[in-house]
Amino acid sequence: MTDAVLRTERLVKHFGGLAATNDVSLTVRRGARHALIGPNGAGKTTLINLLSGVLEPSGGRIVLEGEDITRLAAHRRVGRGLVRTFQINQLFGELTPLQSVALTVSQRRGQSARWWQPLGRDAAVAQRCEALLHEFKLADVMNRRTAELPYGKRRLLEIALAIAGEPRVLLLDEPAAGVPQGERQEIFDSLARLPADVSVLLIEHDMGLVFNFAKQVTVLVNGGVFAEGDVAAIASDLRVRAVYLGERAAGHV
Amino acid sequence: MNDAAAPARAAAPGAPAGVRDALARHARWRWWEVAVFAGLAASWFVLGERVLLAREIAILALFAVSLDLVLGYAGIVSLGHAAFFGAGAYAAALFAKHVMPDPLVGLAFATALSALLGLLTSPLILRGSDLTRLMVTLGVASVLYELANRLDPWTGGADGLQGVVMGPLLGRFEFDLPGRVAYVYAIVVLLVALFACRRVVKSPFGVSLQALRDNRLRASSIGLAVNARLVAVYTLAGGLAGAAGALLAQTTGFASLDVLDFHRSADVLLMLVIGGTGYLYGGLFGAVAFKLLQDVLAAWTPQYWMFWLGLFLVALVLVGRERLLKPWTWRRGP
Repeated sequence: MTDAVLRTERLVKHFGGLAATNDVSLTVRRGARHALIGPNGAGKTTLINLLSGVLEPSGGRIVLEGEDITRLAAHRRVGRGLVRTFQINQLFGELTPLQSVALTVSQRRGQSARWWQPLGRDAAVAQRCEALLHEFKLADVMNRRTAELPYGKRRLLEIALAIAGEPRVLLLDEPAAGVPQGERQEIFDSLARLPADVSVLLIEHDMGLVFNFAKQVTVLVNGGVFAEGDVAAIASDLRVRAVYLGERAAGHV
Repeated sequence: MNDAAAPARAAAPGAPAGVRDALARHARWRWWEVAVFAGLAASWFVLGERVLLAREIAILALFAVSLDLVLGYAGIVSLGHAAFFGAGAYAAALFAKHVMPDPLVGLAFATALSALLGLLTSPLILRGSDLTRLMVTLGVASVLYELANRLDPWTGGADGLQGVVMGPLLGRFEFDLPGRVAYVYAIVVLLVALFACRRVVKSPFGVSLQALRDNRLRASSIGLAVNARLVAVYTLAGGLAGAAGALLAQTTGFASLDVLDFHRSADVLLMLVIGGTGYLYGGLFGAVAFKLLQDVLAAWTPQYWMFWLGLFLVALVLVGRERLLKPWTWRRGP
């Protein structure tokens, strides 16, 4: 257990009478490629929102690198290396991809409060922006308004902003959501290039991608942990097949 | 982990270095910006008799630019920006009367005091919706208005603060009756403030304001301390609005409840609506258009100028600023 990077202890979130997260104790190990699966409404996104500080839990604890972050503000968690993406793109519509990435890189380097120098004056920031924009194939649209970009590009920017934050733990909420089949692999190729010691917790519905990318799987059902294990064990778990994978698994595995 | 990683990484640094250029381009001076600054500086030589109106425009432009930082950049709506304008005006007038008559020291004092007021009231704009912010900012301005009304031993109440005598500018230039020194004073302060604001909005701090305006959830998800940024910009804008108020009090030698009146907050908002928000010069253009329009209309029809101004604003909003200013686009379909 010493290599647990992110851990929840009996985490609970109530929305009125509904327990969207019900007594979840989850451990993400250092360097993990950990998938979170489950039927619609199982509480996957709620769990990510709790981990990232968008929602406050009704009970339980969240521990990052041995420190209790249950009540820590969302932006401070980012400062400690816990970065997320959103299922529905959350971008800066009026900024260009270049400005968005440059701001994120500046923030990561503690330079975003500078108020007298132009954004990107720092050569190291510019260099990092260039690498990111090329890696995510955004270089050709980097000077356009983000709101005008086609969906696929905005999706790549969503992921690029997370990577620009140099996460230690990366929470990915359906990174390939809405992306055509053919382009999904591109996003996962980028994720595969992450340093090995970065821990990734991933929500994804495409079982083909999950089983390619992930090593551990946690299955959520009705807000609680239904099953946990490595990919092979989950793929062959009959109970999991029954509640969730069903027909879809048969096609992909 | 992946064999594809090596070639993909290698491709990035070898690509043309467009990123630094593109970043630099965002901050580069455009020709029309240079023209605006040069025009403002040169205005002193051509205005002649019109310096009184021009001075008022310069002061209102500074006021509007300060609101633009809050509204156009950070996306915080306010119906009470006069609170800072008025605080600056009274602070400058009282400072000149009771402490020392030097205008620049008075300006610095009034700016600092209004900035402090911005800092102290900023927690009120952090929470709630746009509607609550409209109400809260309106409320703060109303509270200050009533305070100034009730504290008549200091503020002169409804009669205004009389007998403010300003010392010479820089210890040498007396404020003259035609108001030429006062105009130079106002226009130089405006130019300095505009230059400083331009630096600020192009900086990482300035871009972070636009970022949190566009999407607070994402802004905090890249690690930005959204509330701290809002406090900072509200403080800065409070200080600038206070400087505008101080200029008015110092150059007229008078401060009255009018500086805290609701119409001040509404007018400055209208100027931004006319001039456009979020590109820094909207307040300046809006102040010029608003004041000239008011001046022309008031000369033409002294009793009904508000009617025509109102009609213009309705037309502006319905037709859209872009289309109104570019009639040659009218024949094309939407």
